[in-house]
Amino acid sequence: MNRRTLLLGTGAALGAGLLNARGAMAQVATVTGAGATFPRPLYERWSAQARDAGVVQLNYQSIGSGGGINQITARTVDFGASDAPLTQEQLTERKLLQFPTVMGSVVLSANLPGVADQALKLTPEVIAEIFLGKITRWRDPKIVELNRDVAIPNMPLSVAYRADGSGTTWVWTTYLSRVSEEWKNGPGAGTSVRWPVGNGARGNEGVSNIIRNSPGTIGYIENAYAVVNRMPTTQIRNKSGNFVKAQPPAFNATAANANWNVPNFQADTIDISGADVWPITSPTYILLPMDPPADKVAGSQNAMRFFDWAFKNGAEAATRLEYIPLPTSAHDAIRAAWAANVKGPNGQALWPVG
Amino acid sequence: MQQTITADASAIPAGGVRRRTGSFGDKLFEGLCRGAGVLVLLTLGGIILTLLIGGLPAFTHYGLAFLTSDAWNPVEDHREEYGALVSIFGTVVSAVLAIIFAVPVAFGISFFLTELAPEWLRRPVGTAIELLAAVPSIIYGMWGLFVVVPFVQIYIQLALGDYLTSIPLIGFIFESRSFAGTSLFTAALVLAIMILPFIAATMRDVFLQVPPVYKESAYGLGATRWEVVKGVVLPYTRISVVGGIMLGLGRALGETMAVTFVIGNANRMPQSIFDPSTTIASVIAMEFPESLSGSMKQSALFALGFLLFVISFLVLAASRWLLRSRLKA
Repeated sequence: MNRRTLLLGTGAALGAGLLNARGAMAQVATVTGAGATFPRPLYERWSAQARDAGVVQLNYQSIGSGGGINQITARTVDFGASDAPLTQEQLTERKLLQFPTVMGSVVLSANLPGVADQALKLTPEVIAEIFLGKITRWRDPKIVELNRDVAIPNMPLSVAYRADGSGTTWVWTTYLSRVSEEWKNGPGAGTSVRWPVGNGARGNEGVSNIIRNSPGTIGYIENAYAVVNRMPTTQIRNKSGNFVKAQPPAFNATAANANWNVPNFQADTIDISGADVWPITSPTYILLPMDPPADKVAGSQNAMRFFDWAFKNGAEAATRLEYIPLPTSAHDAIRAAWAANVKGPNGQALWPVG
Repeated sequence: MQQTITADASAIPAGGVRRRTGSFGDKLFEGLCRGAGVLVLLTLGGIILTLLIGGLPAFTHYGLAFLTSDAWNPVEDHREEYGALVSIFGTVVSAVLAIIFAVPVAFGISFFLTELAPEWLRRPVGTAIELLAAVPSIIYGMWGLFVVVPFVQIYIQLALGDYLTSIPLIGFIFESRSFAGTSLFTAALVLAIMILPFIAATMRDVFLQVPPVYKESAYGLGATRWEVVKGVVLPYTRISVVGGIMLGLGRALGETMAVTFVIGNANRMPQSIFDPSTTIASVIAMEFPESLSGSMKQSALFALGFLLFVISFLVLAASRWLLRSRLKA
């Protein structure tokens, strides 16, 4: 084969590939969404699988929850995604329907030389005092007393936190507000707060980097990130008084114990009762317009088709990526909410899609 | 020089047919050039206006207290409160510290390049300094995070911390409980390296503009190299050197990514240079993506942007003014 035929052959192969890709793309509709960075890996995996299944293709831009809320309020995308739920007021004002897709959990990671992964035990009271800056050394009697079987090194304790506004911070500070009256009245809960002590960094990778670089540092990160990067995590005592490890059984126990029959699916999953529940878990939400304009009707329907498909077929991908699927009862409630609330320009229900 | 050019220009029409001015092409070209010039002014004005309008709710809500309050509490309830003091303090202190670190080194570089270095070495070193200016700031950020932060943590804070804190009177500015290595000091160090090439290049250029006859006269009187630089070069170039330093200061004030990586991003008043802090640019980079449009938080971020604009503008205007005679030459 001389050079020219080789070139021609490559060109033909490439062209055929492009044509094929075009063909496949033309078959499935595309739905656009924007928002939270936390569920991005999962939504991308779901998108690829749903496209291969010939359902819907998703174009998801992880610009942050705040950006997602802004975009869906301006109706420039088909749906928005947010880690922190919106209040009833905010939803009414923006005419949005809110529903959860999966849950994620936040874990504590500490760099303590000589202490094994998942060995360190902490109570909510001690955690609150650490983040309030009241416990400043690891050999504090309160920590030593909880960990009599662990050799706690004698070193200063420092705190790492997310400096960029994030849903992870919202979940973590909500937990601290639940377990500590002082935190509730002091820094409070939000996507970014006024931290009494510690060093801030951008994203899970930034916080993990501080933790890895400086022995004696403790910080909160998403479980998915902690698992992939093998960050050492801690045990936490839950509301029922048991120490639990940051592992899938504890996360699934939280999903099962949560009550999903609440307005806007704002299920309370933080610091709930239950023998085995991991106390710091939260759903991530989708925001769908309740009154899509005529040119967005198809987009809204495709968004619902996408998540309907994901609820039916996406649990395995979610588990593999360290997310926690919702119970089936919650899926049914969400479909019912679509049917009741999402209306086209003539007032017709847009779900179920024919 | 000026006169010869004018003389030449007036000589041309005598030789050939002078083209008439005012034809359509000339007018069009003039219009386009004028438009390009005006566009710059419009863009600048537009940016200032956008920042001001965006920040207006925060300015009117907090008034002058916005500048003097050290509160930055973005929790959306009764606690919500914004003040610019911490980030203005962090911005100014990190930039000024960076200048303190960078100026002696920059002076050393330009002294070496203009007086000491052999002729064959001047060009490569000069080019290397200019290349240093072309390194993207995110690279400095990564390098700072993985090299400078552990270095400051282990070799400065842990190794020298006790000696530094025992210095009388100023010891307290080194006393910190934060051992993560990300601090005001680290940020200033990284900034110093980033602005070094700008200051060094300006200094070298103005040192070279000293008329050789002055220096040779001083050498003729038996002055040493140091005496020549101290007694002739520096007094001659003093104002331009300060202008070059202000140019570096202007860059340090607005630097975002590199600083965000290494400053520790804490909205608290730092008690020591080893405490984490924040700057206006890094607060905006961190919090803007999560701010809801129309919220007080977004308005406060716009207001911070406006303040940064004003500070940088003043510094750059001062540097232009000090450098005006040298830049014209």
